Amino acid sequence: MKGSVIKYERDNIDTDVILPGPYLKIHDYNELAKHAMEGIDKDFHKKVKPGDFIVAGKNFGCGSSREHAPIALSYSGIKAVLAISFARIFYRNAVDGAFLLPIEIEESAYRDISEKDDLDIDTSKNEIKNLTKNKIYQMKPFPELIGKIIAAGGLFNYKP
Amino acid sequence: MNITEKILAKASGKNNVTPDDVIFANVDKAMVHDVSGPGVIAVFEKLKKTGMKIEKLWDPEKVWVTEDHFVPAADKISAQNVILLTQFAKDYGIRKHFKYGMGQYGICHTLSHEEAMVLPGEVYVGGDSHTNTTGALGAFAAGLGHTDMAYVLLNGKIWFKVPETMFFKLNGKLPDYVMAKDLILKIIGDIGTDGAAYKTMQFGGNGISEMSVEERLTLTNMTTEAGAKSGIIEPDQKIRDYLAQRGATNYNEVHGDPDAQYSKVYEYDASELEPIVAKPFSPENVTVARELSSTPLDKAYIGSCTGAKLEDLRAAAKILKGRTVKIRTEVLPAAISIFRKAMDEGIVKIFMDAGAMVGPPTCGACCGAHMGVLAKDEVCISTTNRNFPGRMGHVESKTYLASPLVAAASAITGKITDPRDLK
Repeated sequence: MKGSVIKYERDNIDTDVILPGPYLKIHDYNELAKHAMEGIDKDFHKKVKPGDFIVAGKNFGCGSSREHAPIALSYSGIKAVLAISFARIFYRNAVDGAFLLPIEIEESAYRDISEKDDLDIDTSKNEIKNLTKNKIYQMKPFPELIGKIIAAGGLFNYKP
Repeated sequence: MNITEKILAKASGKNNVTPDDVIFANVDKAMVHDVSGPGVIAVFEKLKKTGMKIEKLWDPEKVWVTEDHFVPAADKISAQNVILLTQFAKDYGIRKHFKYGMGQYGICHTLSHEEAMVLPGEVYVGGDSHTNTTGALGAFAAGLGHTDMAYVLLNGKIWFKVPETMFFKLNGKLPDYVMAKDLILKIIGDIGTDGAAYKTMQFGGNGISEMSVEERLTLTNMTTEAGAKSGIIEPDQKIRDYLAQRGATNYNEVHGDPDAQYSKVYEYDASELEPIVAKPFSPENVTVARELSSTPLDKAYIGSCTGAKLEDLRAAAKILKGRTVKIRTEVLPAAISIFRKAMDEGIVKIFMDAGAMVGPPTCGACCGAHMGVLAKDEVCISTTNRNFPGRMGHVESKTYLASPLVAAASAITGKITDPRDLK
């Protein structure tokens, strides 16, 4: 899975900035995408390309349970968020709804990856290649159940 | 096993569970509101398009619905969402629907305890992150997104990783002018907004036994802000009495074993606690109220599931009685039943005599959606639970989180004020 990076050098990127409260009434996924990251990055909608990855610090997606947050990112074209850690509801929404991959990375990888770097992520090897910098990082393997849900294409396709 | 492990073991048909076990838990109660309900409806529509047949819910008697985020209808889309939710409840036979303008209604988490919708020992999930609130009744209560709630409504179960439990022990009774809100802000300041990520925060000790049910609910409510999966308190006679007053006497309490394990124990001495405020833009950004006493304000907000229960209103009224507000002050009781009790006790009159506005229950301004959002550069002191950028309005507005006592004292002076310093 190849794509280029949009990087936010901060921790605790919360759902109120990923998809601000006033848009919670909207359930048209393409409409939600227009407001993704609006709380910290007004230009996100213009710069994001299909297949891009977001890279951020600790506790990505903290705050509310709004599934609008991974939906807005997914329908913007984001295929994966690479962060040092994730808040629990964002993580399970991303996986169970099959919206995007929440990938946990080491702090050193977070520091090393720059805006616009091209990455190639191979979840079968738990490996992230930085094509721009010619480096390889390890991703934290998905826990067993999470891996199975991702492979099935979301919770509704997963058979316990 | 501790109380959370015992509830989850029972719900997953196991004799024993330990932290990090992944289980499918049977759910006893499930809730969606006017944001997560339409979210679930959208998931149902998506599933139907893939050829899935959806005719009935797992158990409509165990599902309840409320309108709270965008009521009174903020605009045309919000009005349409309420119609959508109402039709959904009708189509699937959900009888417990708290409708705006038809008797009892209010914020979902407030109704969960005010109407005894959830009972001790149960597994309760809701389409809202502050579902944790209801854990104060001795239930496992956790928030989920739309796909997960849709899964619960159809299958009656959902996966959980059994959480580690952090135990917070409060020694002694809280001093005058210090509330549960101050304690939980202090704790979040100590452990950070990811300090309890994926974990359960359990509260206990003689200070918790002394604490009223509504104050305990403030603690569990804000466990969400530390990233916790759930917050919980073992039920005692106060919980039994509270539920009995609401007609609920038939339930199976669960208590932790004497050798229950906790990942870490934190102790707080009540006598050392003071009024605390969380500065913009994070609930972990805390300091004592006195340190901020020169901070000018534009608005005081006393509302939400966190800070507009009856005792929150009583606390604010104690301060506002016979005084006049210096900044715009909005009081929105968290449920109609609480509004009515506040009227009967003369509290609503105290607020109005002070010049404050008293409005209908809604999540509106707390989540920056409607009913009093903040303008650019406006500064608000609020009894709510979050102060991320843009949370209560413009992304360049500022929210300070505080107890109802601090919010009321600040309303009178127009600056952040420790209630102990009010003349």
